[in-house]
Amino acid sequence: MSSQAHEHHGHEHQALGGRVLTLPFLICAALVAVAGVILFQRYTQGLAAASNLNDGYPWGIWVAIDVVIGSAFGCAGYVIALLCYILNRGEYHPLVRPAVLASLFGYGLAGLAVLVDLGRYWNFYHMMLPWYAQPNSVMLEVGLCVATYTLVLVVEFAPAFLERFGIEGLRAKLNRVLWVFIALGVLLPTMHQSSLGTMMVIVGHKLSPLWQSQMLPVFFLLTAILMGFAIVVWESVMASLNFRRPMETPVLSKLAGLMLVVASLFVVLRFVDLIVRGQIGQIFGGPQSGWFVAEMALMISGLVLLIPKANRNRSRALFLSASLLLAAGILYRLNVYLIGFTPAVGPWHYFPSVKEIMVTVGVFALEIALYLLFVKKLPVMHAVHPEHG
Amino acid sequence: MSKNKTSVSRRGFLRNAVKGSAAAAAAACTTVVAAPPEANALVRPPKPLPPDAVGLLYDSTLCIGCKACVTACKEVNHMPPDVGPAQQGWNAGGGDKPIYDSPVELSAKTLNVIKAYSHGTGATKDAAENGFAFIKRQCLHCADPSCVSVCPVSAMTKDAKTGIVNHDPSACIGCRYCVLSCPFGVPKYDYNDAFGEIKKCQLCKQQLAKNELPGCADVCPTGATLFGRTEDLKAEARRRTALKVGEHTHYPRGDIAGKVGGPRSGHEKLVEAAYQTHIYGEKELGGTQCLAVSAVPFDKLNLPTNVPENGYPTLSEGIQHTLYAGMIAPATVFAGLAYLAHRNTKNHTDE
Repeated sequence: MSSQAHEHHGHEHQALGGRVLTLPFLICAALVAVAGVILFQRYTQGLAAASNLNDGYPWGIWVAIDVVIGSAFGCAGYVIALLCYILNRGEYHPLVRPAVLASLFGYGLAGLAVLVDLGRYWNFYHMMLPWYAQPNSVMLEVGLCVATYTLVLVVEFAPAFLERFGIEGLRAKLNRVLWVFIALGVLLPTMHQSSLGTMMVIVGHKLSPLWQSQMLPVFFLLTAILMGFAIVVWESVMASLNFRRPMETPVLSKLAGLMLVVASLFVVLRFVDLIVRGQIGQIFGGPQSGWFVAEMALMISGLVLLIPKANRNRSRALFLSASLLLAAGILYRLNVYLIGFTPAVGPWHYFPSVKEIMVTVGVFALEIALYLLFVKKLPVMHAVHPEHG
Repeated sequence: MSKNKTSVSRRGFLRNAVKGSAAAAAAACTTVVAAPPEANALVRPPKPLPPDAVGLLYDSTLCIGCKACVTACKEVNHMPPDVGPAQQGWNAGGGDKPIYDSPVELSAKTLNVIKAYSHGTGATKDAAENGFAFIKRQCLHCADPSCVSVCPVSAMTKDAKTGIVNHDPSACIGCRYCVLSCPFGVPKYDYNDAFGEIKKCQLCKQQLAKNELPGCADVCPTGATLFGRTEDLKAEARRRTALKVGEHTHYPRGDIAGKVGGPRSGHEKLVEAAYQTHIYGEKELGGTQCLAVSAVPFDKLNLPTNVPENGYPTLSEGIQHTLYAGMIAPATVFAGLAYLAHRNTKNHTDE
């Protein structure tokens, strides 16, 4: 089969149908409700009522996990749009809609999590007002970029919605200008995902030399791309198992090759960076070196698994590798934002409270619940044809 | 058939393009990291202090630990008492709110605090071994402040004339990036308030507007906290650190220039402990308007030492403004992406 995009015309999408109120959906809904109760306390009594945040660790898991890691989960739409529309690899087309949907929730809920964490959330719209803008702030760039990108994702996902409700005229019009949004949908994540790394450059000596580097934007962009690929593979295998659909292994094996390249580049650059900065000795028993070793072990075992070409066609190996690489990306970002961070004038301690963890769990549960609802009710998944099965 | 060939060669081209750009990116990254700091093109020049910048000079050898400055700071700035858990037991049971102000660290209730260092027997003042020493903590008012650099909504600003770093809670979104980024651990947020604010010392700008001294410098009985133009304070700090033990010298009180808060008498004193030559804040992270001198090394006083001489914003803003200079790079990338997306979506009829 040629990989030319035009031979993949007429991909149909189908709503999966089925019961909405399944056990997983209800569990997710219950977790969301628990988070809601905790958030009531947070909004009536302050951040300390629901979290262990303090002045040494003003950013906890609500920033590190919900926003920094959650938005990396949302990079599926970014990498698939890049492959499918920019590099013109039509074979990835079946993955576009599920990926865009996952991104929409990843980003939308990262935005929601920001409102949970902001200490003066009622002023959040100041970020959008030019007379408040502070152009040196990396966070302003990230905030505006993420907000715009969430809107872009809504537009990118709109065809599924318009198709479902038969609004064909608008859909045709949207299709004519969709390329603008696709271009934005690749540009914006490139900008803000790298800037998420730049954001920690300014904390200087408070971030361990194992992670503090002017290469942070490069590493954050690489982990965004890697985690984007990994989440596509992961989500695809999960969807195949849970919705009893045929595996999309041929497409996924190509993605696996790309994961291998990106993960290898990350590992090599990470060591080059440590050597050039003269901090390579830190990995042998320096403070927090165990976390560096864990991060590298996950990354390297994930990529080693993909080196034999045969493994890239085995859905189990693919799933395991995607899980390891995803975990490596998660740990890298957690290391930069929390574990490798030591407050300036201490001592301070931070470990998330149970309530804090339950809010994060609630955010991800909401993401899963909405995803389940959407794939059942809207034409998101690629229609299964006999020749694919 | 010919179509297939085109497709293969295009694929080959794309593959090579991806490989080529990855290699180029890797090479560029290596160059950037390998560049020595002074030749690092990503670093923007440090910001100089405004010529009339004002600040405080804290002399640990003069401080007697009376904490009059802590009380005055609370009064002048209308800050609530900060009662530590250890101080609550004896009076918290009476139903009234405990009133014994006993802060041990800067917080959303405490803009200024005196902390103590002690070692061994703690017998000798201003001795690192078997001694004790005090340190005053408050905002240092950096020449190149991280908190101002990170604030997305201009809630943290640096006054162009006085150099005072101000905070405007009405603009603030409470993201606490200033709390995270401050290299000296100064700005604080109130986590126990549903409508918490960021709090930090603003050098009693409301007092200065009335030609009165900042609360701490106003009440300091020994001149351990001295107000003045940073340049004057720097000269005074250099004079003190050059003094020898046993020398007889004059220590001013209030405003070093004798203008703000009116003229005050200083006092004469023998130098009892050898000053460290290190003037804290002279060079740290681009320099600060508030300075400190001490007989005990500053790392023992729990201040960050071993920090670069340029503020961290020189690098983070440098990276950001290099990538986004005139928005040329993003615009160019967008044009390329838009071209490709436009061309490629033509082939995708269904979306």
